[in-house]
Amino acid sequence: MRIVIIDDTGARASVLEDGLHEAGYDDIHVVQPSGAFVSRIERLVPDVVLMDLGSPSRDTLEEMLLVSRALAKPIAMFVDQSDDQMTAAAIDAGISAYVVDGLRKERVKPILDLAVGRFTAFARMQAELAEARTQLADRKVIDRAKAILMQQRGLNEQDAYTLLRTSAMNANKRMAEVAEALITASSLLGKGQP
Amino acid sequence: MTPIRAAFLPLTDAAVLIAAREQGFAAEQGIALELVRTESWATLRDRLVYGQVQAAQMLAPLAVAVSLGLGGAATPLATPFRLNVNGNALVMRPDFAAALDPDPAARLADPLATAHDFAAAIGLYRRKPQIGIVHRFSSHALMLRYWLASAGIDPDRDVSLRVLPPSLMLEAMRSGEIDGFTAGDPWPAAAIAEGLAEAVVLGARIWRRGVEKVLACRADWLAGNAAVADRLLLALSHAAAWCDAPENRAELAEMLARPDHVGMPAELIAASLNGQFVPRAGAAPLPADDFLLFHREAANFPWRSQALWIWSQLVRWGQADRSAEAEAAAGAVFRPDVYRRALAGSGAVMPGASAKLEGAVATPTGVGAHGGALLLGPDGFFDGRVFDPDAIDAYLAGFAK
Repeated sequence: MRIVIIDDTGARASVLEDGLHEAGYDDIHVVQPSGAFVSRIERLVPDVVLMDLGSPSRDTLEEMLLVSRALAKPIAMFVDQSDDQMTAAAIDAGISAYVVDGLRKERVKPILDLAVGRFTAFARMQAELAEARTQLADRKVIDRAKAILMQQRGLNEQDAYTLLRTSAMNANKRMAEVAEALITASSLLGKGQP
Repeated sequence: MTPIRAAFLPLTDAAVLIAAREQGFAAEQGIALELVRTESWATLRDRLVYGQVQAAQMLAPLAVAVSLGLGGAATPLATPFRLNVNGNALVMRPDFAAALDPDPAARLADPLATAHDFAAAIGLYRRKPQIGIVHRFSSHALMLRYWLASAGIDPDRDVSLRVLPPSLMLEAMRSGEIDGFTAGDPWPAAAIAEGLAEAVVLGARIWRRGVEKVLACRADWLAGNAAVADRLLLALSHAAAWCDAPENRAELAEMLARPDHVGMPAELIAASLNGQFVPRAGAAPLPADDFLLFHREAANFPWRSQALWIWSQLVRWGQADRSAEAEAAAGAVFRPDVYRRALAGSGAVMPGASAKLEGAVATPTGVGAHGGALLLGPDGFFDGRVFDPDAIDAYLAGFAK
């Protein structure tokens, strides 16, 4: 069974591609949705097309599926629109799936199941990564603010940290915000940067 | 507060939905309106059909097509409100435009002559012109086909229509993938400002009071949530009036320019809001006061006759099979009854009828209305044809194709 993945980021496509390989599918092609991507897909004659739901190129692909002579009319989107749960899961995961040949639902469902799982895991991973980056950035800001307090007010590290935390709690703000304000104020006042 | 999620595409004519949220008109009606920015009509359609949003800014012909199951499973949609009238333009590469009337003002002023010039230019051009359209089921595509065919151009044979989302049109122009495109503002204005294209014809010159974006809901959602839908329509009606008021245009342009809305410079967006259109980079703007209407002249009233005009064109171009049932279903997508119910007593002017002869008003005309005088602007098609929703066969027989 030939599966085409349309994706422009690469990372997500390879996560999905690996999963499909592990599940025993070996005829997988990744196509970037730019330039003459429609004719490339046409030449590949896929059975199933998986695509990022948010991709601006979806309209282009659907138009191709409607007019193409090489490909049969798409028999289904999201495998089978009567399967509400599957459809909802696919949309939540950000996937649109096109079955371009007369494949039976049973044969396509495992592919979509797998894609949903992989896409969801990928999105979670991205979110965690973003959060980790924020935390790292926060810690750097807090360390700098702490250093300023230690230098200017002669506090030890623990007291400087406690002061920042108390100020944040009183102002109902995140510690990083208070720290950032402190750094800005300090540099505006021309006091020595640590 | 009732939460309602509404999907939109980055286009100037998403203004009414955006203003309803940003200016507090939705909140006033007890609606927590959440806007979902979407990059393609397919995604917007899916979000609506599968219930991830309850309302959407939609291409009027797409609402009809989804209801009829053209190109996918049928899901009955309902359109109780038009978000705007007109607002799109066809632009072409400067070298192609130069082969038409070289004076852009003359080009825009005489769409019939320009269509014939276009037919001649196709023969001289180095290849079949590649024209970007945003969707096969879009008002602009139907108007483009109508306009091309008036000069004997077969839009399925003599030009190549390529579907691209509005936000990718500029890149496709830069790379030479397309020679021109038709889309809603600000994308034509942006292509012109960059010198990639010049204006060839404005949607408002093909059909002076045409049908463009509508508010679409699932028909079953609308039936089951009548009270909420009524409040939403009231909020949108107030927002539309706010958008149309000249004194709010600068603020509206700034609001639309934000990255979470259209994400294009406010100056580009402001021109068409102010009734101006720059036809060529560096040229003086031309007056185009009916380029885009949000509220005046009952712009929000969903005339059933316009849903049927859309249907007539889908049949004309072989995109829908002719049947009495399908025709009835297409006409039923537009819901003037819901509009009347929701806005009764709100001061909104109500037309006396729910369908009209399209293209029959030559000069601004007062018509029968409840709640005040309704002045309809000239609504003519550029070729002078009149669409009678009760005589679609005769109308279609009048076209060579």
